[in-house]
Amino acid sequence: MAAISSLRVVRPQIDLTSATSSSPYAGSVGEKAFFRIHSRKQLLGAAAADAVEKACPAAANGIARAAVSSSRIAKGAPKSCAKSNKPELLVTRDEGLELYEDMVLGRSFEDMCAQMYYRGKMFGFVHLYNGQEAVSTGFIKLLKKGDYVTSTYRDHVHALSKGVPARQVMAELFGKTTGCCRGQGGSMHMFSAEHGLLGGFAFIGEGIPVAVGAAFSSKYKREVLKEEGDMPVSIAFFGDGTANNGQFFECLNMAQLWKLPVIFVVENNLWAIGMSHFRSTSDPEIWKKGPAFGMASAHVDGMDVLKVREVAREAVERARRGDGPTLIECETYRFRGHSLADPDELREPAEKAHYAARDPIVALKKYLLENEIATEAELKTIEKKIDEVVEDAVEFADASPLPERSQLLENVFADPKGFGIGPDGRYRCEDPGFTAGTAQV
Amino acid sequence: MVGALGKNFATFASRLRGGHGCDTAAAAAVWAVSKRFMSSSGESITVREALNSAIDEEMSADSKVFVMGEEVGEYQGAYKVTKGLLQKFGPDRVLDTPITEAGFAGLGVGAAMYGLKPIVEFMTFNFAMQAIDHLINSAAKTNYMSGGTINVPIVFRGPNGAAAGVAAQHSQCFAAWYGQVPGLKVLVPYDAEDARGLMKAAIRDPDPVVFLENELLYGESFPVSKGVLDPSFTLPIGKAKIMREGNDLTLVAFSKMVGYALKAADELAKEGISVEVINLRSIRPLDRETINASVRKTSRLLTLEEGWPQHGVGAEICASVVEESFYYLDAPVERICGADVPMPYAANLERLAVPQIDDIIRAARRACFRKEDMRQATA
Repeated sequence: MAAISSLRVVRPQIDLTSATSSSPYAGSVGEKAFFRIHSRKQLLGAAAADAVEKACPAAANGIARAAVSSSRIAKGAPKSCAKSNKPELLVTRDEGLELYEDMVLGRSFEDMCAQMYYRGKMFGFVHLYNGQEAVSTGFIKLLKKGDYVTSTYRDHVHALSKGVPARQVMAELFGKTTGCCRGQGGSMHMFSAEHGLLGGFAFIGEGIPVAVGAAFSSKYKREVLKEEGDMPVSIAFFGDGTANNGQFFECLNMAQLWKLPVIFVVENNLWAIGMSHFRSTSDPEIWKKGPAFGMASAHVDGMDVLKVREVAREAVERARRGDGPTLIECETYRFRGHSLADPDELREPAEKAHYAARDPIVALKKYLLENEIATEAELKTIEKKIDEVVEDAVEFADASPLPERSQLLENVFADPKGFGIGPDGRYRCEDPGFTAGTAQV
Repeated sequence: MVGALGKNFATFASRLRGGHGCDTAAAAAVWAVSKRFMSSSGESITVREALNSAIDEEMSADSKVFVMGEEVGEYQGAYKVTKGLLQKFGPDRVLDTPITEAGFAGLGVGAAMYGLKPIVEFMTFNFAMQAIDHLINSAAKTNYMSGGTINVPIVFRGPNGAAAGVAAQHSQCFAAWYGQVPGLKVLVPYDAEDARGLMKAAIRDPDPVVFLENELLYGESFPVSKGVLDPSFTLPIGKAKIMREGNDLTLVAFSKMVGYALKAADELAKEGISVEVINLRSIRPLDRETINASVRKTSRLLTLEEGWPQHGVGAEICASVVEESFYYLDAPVERICGADVPMPYAANLERLAVPQIDDIIRAARRACFRKEDMRQATA
């Protein structure tokens, strides 16, 4: 325990001018130092990391494997984020292509959103996910349709990864009635009962208790209702800013206490609108908050989809087995501003350039090509296919109708009698004029 | 440049030079450039500038005043209302908080109980729902629970109500919720004069004040008299303003809806209906005297708000008028409110969910017993 209490956050100086700046492990003094942890073993030193693992016996296996996979990478003098020197491949061909396609879909879709916003087809608050695709793809592609995901307002790509058709997401963003929420939710409120997407929340931290609740219901159905089959797992995606919010801590406690099949995924992109993670957090290492609750934790390079997938697989298996929750901190970065209305003036260009060089799609492409899992032509075909999917989504959304006037009053309640009794003594919702478009309730 | 500005600039500049923090000359230049002086006879400022200047002046005058909230400092304010304050007063008085509304609202209340004067910003009042326990239980009720021995001179401010296309969780109007709580003062400025006067009054007030702004009004420019720009300008809390005099109908509104009411009044004047528009300025205490006096003059009442109808601000006003001025009424009182639904995202549905000027005009005609089909309640 002494090792843990004596841990202090170290700020490694990063050499941003070196040619191998794409490597996360370059280490000489740079002009602007900013904080990155690569693996717990690298940060803490092997002895301390082992001590931490011993301190969390329930999670030892989980953490050990995660740390080992990260540190294996750290020791292997890599030229790039991908492990090109390893003999053993991390993905099969089908998996590799699936991951690539999903990430390219996420990227192309978000780029198209930006275009559509500036053309006025989309409005309100739009928060784009560019740069963080490895996290969404790495986790969600391991899930089944019956598993649950909750997200924040930065939820387009989580929706797409979970299987919500691009057409429906785009139509929702345009505010059309064919959208996944009939145009009533919008960019920040993507829901899909069919695909297990439980939102899409505007308040950060709001999705976490909801994911924990979905996990609770999974466990309840198994143990009380005696349902058969694999236990559905739920994942809550949220950011570094959320890790300071009370709801996060409350949920860590409850999830670990009741051993719920939930995974807490922190997409630490270092910024909450314009607030740097280090200015707002007393201890910036978010994964450390798990062991405080007795929970298995890991930290992973969120710009590398293969690393994310390895850690995710372990966490999902733990949860399905009934071994309880995991907290995973993914170091990642958003290439665009907080939203399309954010001037993004506070982030250093050097920091942006550093992470741009670690583009997860480029990294995966490199891995696939170098290990001859796929050819250039195949990847190009995928890219073309995705372009067509996104174009089709835009055309579909454009051509879709706006919601009818009568839709205004619909869906407030599952049982619409909640609008009460009208002056004629009958339920208001039974009055034929109710959905004719008058809002005089 | 200095010579071209009105004589009020000298007052501002001297205060800015005397202020704490760094770079006062640059701050003065920023302030000068940011003010939109038209001719020497009339000046115009935006609501944003009004709020910024009010907070700035109060912070300069009293070093116990400090600002706290998300993105208020380095980001210059999520809606730029606190622009320049960090540069002027330093990080000890302009605090960027983590995203912990419950935590920092409570922290502000504690600081206020112990002698400081916090201005707590919520990025929108929707987020204040995460802190509402502190607004009500520790801020509003403390003076009462402590038998008058501990007061809480805190201001909670931020945008309230619907913006444009921001969907259900960002568009709720909280005037009715906070207006119901004894112990809170709830202010709803409309124009730049309201913003300046009420903000200064709120900061100087020894009680907790919930200051509900409106995002869409921040950029709107209003002409102000020289008196408004004076650093000692305040408005009394609890007094409504009659924006436009009339004889046929009293139209009570607050915040952004005052603008709609005035436009509707212009249209109705062409039809011969003379509308008296009251800008509430304050939800709690509610200026029942002004409202009732007006209704006794016009004998018709319409209330207008963006929030939901049931238990809304309009409900209280109608009840108050029926209780006190029943025999003066010539027509049923009517409330124009937002639709009884969470705010939809789709643009056309959003337009249907908030009152539009046509709705006001139709309701006014109904109140004046013009032939208007009740079914045509909304556009």
